[in-house]
Amino acid sequence: MLGPQRRNLWFWVFVGPFALGLGLFTYVPLVWSLYLSFFDAHNTVSPDASDFVGLGNYGAMLSDGAFLASLGTFVLFTAFIVPATYVLALALALMVNRLRVAQAFFRSVFFLPTACSYVVAALIWKLSIFNGVRFGLANTVLGWFGADQTAWLSTTHPPWYWLVIVTVRLWLQAGFYMILFLAGLQRISPQLYEAAAVDGARPGWQTFRHITFPQLRATSVAVVLLLVINAFQAFDEFYNLLSDARGYPPYARPPLVYLYYTALGQDQNLGLGSAGAVILALIIAVATVVQARWFGLGRKGED
Amino acid sequence: MQDALTRAGRALRVVLLVALALLFLVPFYLLVRNGLASERDITAPDWTFFPHALQWSNLTEVFRDPNLPLGRALLNSTLIAVSTTAGTVVLASLAGYGLARIPYRHANVVFYAILGTLMVPAAVTFVPSFVLVSTLGWISTLRGLIIPTLFSAFACFIFRQYFLGFPKELEDAARVDGLGYWRTYWKIVVPNSRPVFAAVGTIVFIGAWNAFLWPLVIGQDQESWTVQVALSTFTTAQSLNLHELFVAAGVSIAPLVVVFLLLQRYIVAGVERSGIDD
Repeated sequence: MLGPQRRNLWFWVFVGPFALGLGLFTYVPLVWSLYLSFFDAHNTVSPDASDFVGLGNYGAMLSDGAFLASLGTFVLFTAFIVPATYVLALALALMVNRLRVAQAFFRSVFFLPTACSYVVAALIWKLSIFNGVRFGLANTVLGWFGADQTAWLSTTHPPWYWLVIVTVRLWLQAGFYMILFLAGLQRISPQLYEAAAVDGARPGWQTFRHITFPQLRATSVAVVLLLVINAFQAFDEFYNLLSDARGYPPYARPPLVYLYYTALGQDQNLGLGSAGAVILALIIAVATVVQARWFGLGRKGED
Repeated sequence: MQDALTRAGRALRVVLLVALALLFLVPFYLLVRNGLASERDITAPDWTFFPHALQWSNLTEVFRDPNLPLGRALLNSTLIAVSTTAGTVVLASLAGYGLARIPYRHANVVFYAILGTLMVPAAVTFVPSFVLVSTLGWISTLRGLIIPTLFSAFACFIFRQYFLGFPKELEDAARVDGLGYWRTYWKIVVPNSRPVFAAVGTIVFIGAWNAFLWPLVIGQDQESWTVQVALSTFTTAQSLNLHELFVAAGVSIAPLVVVFLLLQRYIVAGVERSGIDD
């Protein structure tokens, strides 16, 4: 047996390089960012003491209508994408799970979009499906029914761009969550269904409501948490669908797009951008704790 | 009666499933249709489901276009995805093994410090990370594109959970043979854990190939563009012929579709492992 000293050494041989890198590229930037957020730091990462502005950046951020609007955009986006993905992924999983033939084929088809990047998906959506001209697929299909052409991405009344934004992500991620649900379904004991059948529960809605859905609770909680966190980080499809040579339009800016243009745009206002990042971090921390409390995570040990 | 209803229900479900499957394949169909059509076929006012003639020459044309550095971008993406995958898997698996198997008084503190970073999404760290990388002078370099992304708490977590369930008897046998931690790890543990390495490896590879925000922020010179940044530039800022853009997008996604279909069962296993620990 190795002595404790040697074991400690080996622990750090295995864990050290990873922990060091993670510290350097996650914790150091976080602390640095916190520091920068108290300074007027344009184009610089090492501001002078005279540039200290206290909580000025935070005040500016919280009274900036565009920043608050970006939080509103996130809330709206989440309200669309979370229920839509949840329902579609669960429905796909239920249907695929009951297939006796070609199950692997259908699972692959729905899972395949996971391999596609948001950039490529946005390109297809923007330039082929919803391109707003006559040779676009959506307008072609509408044309068969005699409907007018729609400029999907630039129409703000009604805000058709939401249809484009939401369907991209729905297509890309539904299969991923379907896999999670399939795994959850496979963990449900067949005996539960047998018992339900003995008790006279009819297959279909009743069984789903009283057996399947409650048994999927852990999976559902994980899926919703992941969906919300990922919606919060949305950047790729918004940027690629909506920005053009003239820049980004004044609507549909999620927080990350807003931060990108504030901190790394022409202005390079890193102090302000850092304050925004810190505010977002706090929001995420609070939201995670609230959600965890709400869903009763971490209570596992008491059961 | 009941029987007929059940059968009708089943038929309806199959029809719905086939319809959804076709709908899910439409974007891939459009990629191929537009990528192999002439510009005139794509922009024709009347929709055709298949181009009048397949233009395979689009494939060579797109690599010769001096405006679109596709070859260089593909090379960058390959270098980045391969080294990110290799680096992430080595670093995260070593750390995961150490956390799972080597007794150390403060192992829990280290573990929670690693896990805590999972709560800090990229949304929050990309501005400060950009600050750090620009201080290091790594803007528009492969170093800047690769090294900061090598430390995945998510991968480390999956490896740790996996190694906690690794059969101890195998390691004990190695210990009896006089192997230390290091050699036990490489000679016994790694060769017996190929599926989890394949699962994490493919997921990391796909993520690295498709990554956008970090390469956009760091890869500012055209020479350091990844294929996603190159495609994005021509989707948003500059214009390019549609058939070229679509064939380039098709070329960018083809290797991934192959990797995906070949290694799908590992990816599925990895996704299941990552979703929920119960």
